[in-house]
Amino acid sequence: MNKIAKLFVTFISAITLALVSFTSSFAKVEGEYIVLGSAISLTGKYSSNGVHTQNGYNMAVDRINKMGGVEVQGKKYKFEIIYYDDESNPKRAAQLAERLIKQDGVHYMLGPYSSGLTKAIAPVTEKYKIPMVEANGASRSLFTKGYKYLFAVLSPANQYLEVAIDLAVEKNGGKPVKIAQAFEQDAFSQDVRLGILDAAKRTGSEIIIDDKLPKELNDMAATLAKVKAVKPDVLVVSGHTKGALTAIRQISEMKVDVPMLAMTHCDAAKLSKQHGKKSEYALCASQWHKNLSYKDKFFGSGKKYAKDFQKEFGYDPPYQSAESSAALLVFKDAFERANSFDRDAVRDALVDTEMQTFYGNIKFGPGGQNVAKPMILFQVRCKGDNCENKVVAPTKWASDKFYHPIPKWSERS
Amino acid sequence: MDFLIFKAPMLMVQASLDGILLGILFALIAYGMALQWGVMNIINIAQGDLVILGGYIAYTIYLWGIHPAWGVIISPIIMFFVGWALYKLVINKVVDRDLFISILATFGIAIVFQQLMNFIFGADVVVAQSEYGTTMLFDNSVTLPNSKIFSAFISVLYAVALVIYMKKSRLGRAIRATAQNARAAKILGVDTEKVYAATFGINAALCGIAGALISITLTLHPYVGLPYTVRSFMIVIVAGLGNLPAVAVSGMGLGLFEEFADYILGTEFRIGAVFMLLVLILVYRRFKLSKKREYLK
Repeated sequence: MNKIAKLFVTFISAITLALVSFTSSFAKVEGEYIVLGSAISLTGKYSSNGVHTQNGYNMAVDRINKMGGVEVQGKKYKFEIIYYDDESNPKRAAQLAERLIKQDGVHYMLGPYSSGLTKAIAPVTEKYKIPMVEANGASRSLFTKGYKYLFAVLSPANQYLEVAIDLAVEKNGGKPVKIAQAFEQDAFSQDVRLGILDAAKRTGSEIIIDDKLPKELNDMAATLAKVKAVKPDVLVVSGHTKGALTAIRQISEMKVDVPMLAMTHCDAAKLSKQHGKKSEYALCASQWHKNLSYKDKFFGSGKKYAKDFQKEFGYDPPYQSAESSAALLVFKDAFERANSFDRDAVRDALVDTEMQTFYGNIKFGPGGQNVAKPMILFQVRCKGDNCENKVVAPTKWASDKFYHPIPKWSERS
Repeated sequence: MDFLIFKAPMLMVQASLDGILLGILFALIAYGMALQWGVMNIINIAQGDLVILGGYIAYTIYLWGIHPAWGVIISPIIMFFVGWALYKLVINKVVDRDLFISILATFGIAIVFQQLMNFIFGADVVVAQSEYGTTMLFDNSVTLPNSKIFSAFISVLYAVALVIYMKKSRLGRAIRATAQNARAAKILGVDTEKVYAATFGINAALCGIAGALISITLTLHPYVGLPYTVRSFMIVIVAGLGNLPAVAVSGMGLGLFEEFADYILGTEFRIGAVFMLLVLILVYRRFKLSKKREYLK
């Protein structure tokens, strides 16, 4: 009896094993579905941006599937995504990437939210030679490691505020400017800082304050007091949403007068909503804005995308959602050009990507970063109590004139 | 650049005032910690998270269109009951155990609170607007947000009120008696169980006030509680238990230390300097203790 039971167990395990290996070897494409995998922050500190990312992915999957799907070797396929919650934790994200690849048999990955988590996942996808198109990891260090299977639809972090320095120099009659800067000590913000250092060198500008804000800090009073004392031409702040909100709160309360204030994460922080008129004239770097004139056949224009997104999810799409949707368009294009499900063929097709989406032009540089799309700058402008983000640079898409210098606090109502 | 503060004397004034105003707020949080540490012998790792929860309560009433300053009244009332419930659910099981167990238990509470706040209020950083304006001194070269002055004023007010309450009221005397000797207090008819619950409630209420003040002076996020725990822990270590003036002085001292560390060592070492100071103080206290005669309990 015992023997029979043992035999039975062995038999069952053998069948299960066979089934597992069978399904995983075909899991990349199941029936009419192309299965993509993504670890995404649905809980933890990145959960709101994680949800924006997921909504962007889902919106594009629905749209592409509805409009005929992906055609490979004459057969139509649909996209499907397996999500796991990475709890905003890099270690967990790396584990989940491994699980997606080894257990679920996923052969194509979409990126997580944030540079930190993308950095944790990239070595895994690289090890298993899994092409990953990511939309939310902008840190420059992602693109200098020689990764061959990593593709980012967004511009790298060091480009975020370079344009702002150029703009400041231009407004200063082409003469170098004095820069005060405060950056949080995380991968992303420090890369933005490197971009400013480059721009300062290029324009001969001088950096007179260079503060690095600890991650736990939510008080910038000391930095701003220094700024008041040395009177720079431009103040640059980057520290995710917390940095943006703290900066505006304390700049307005301490009445710090600077001719130009450049930041990141204004729209993620809902700056114009939370601080209203106090945030007016802040210049913000953004990957995308709905008013840009890029087009594609799936979403039409940025404005149309924003409208559809609003209808589906009930809020205006932040750029995190737009770039995530664009990642799916890139995958679709690559599959069709590769006309195969072979990972290396898809990877080679991704390398040759050159397309326009509603989000912007996409062409990957040698490190995997998108080199075809410039960053844009918008400025918060208010009419009464109603504040909006107006694109002011580059001039090609500017809907409004850049307002410079910022009026003194004593002159502001 | 690091020594800019010595070139501009006004910066010195600004830094000192910023430091003191911030320090008073820290002192309020630390006072709560000292109170329940002294009475119950529990180091509450969730202190900072209680503060943030208090802040979110103020933020919620702000969203309802009520001025967030009312948070300094509403938030402590709600937080008192949160503290009470927390005591009944968890803390009473660890109150006479090893210190290590209570640290583990409150650490667990901290994690649960962070996740709950993240779940309820979302992971966005939020601020409540008080629109209190700014006080300008010395020809506008020193600026003080009125919200910070307000927060320091309220902190002092509550601290004084609490001291009087502890001295005069029946419960206050019971709390002090329990802190001195729980067993003796019990024999003399003090319901120590109730005293413990009330103490934990009062601590949570103090955190609620501090949180409401933080919502109008700084920013709120579910995961920024720990720095407040660490700061109050430090203040208590320096000041000792049950010594309010010392807590106030050491709170302001820490605020000043942070501001000046920012100017002199650089912003990147501001928090690091606080931790460094903590290590130094612990080593110093250990050294002082080792000189004392030891005895077995």
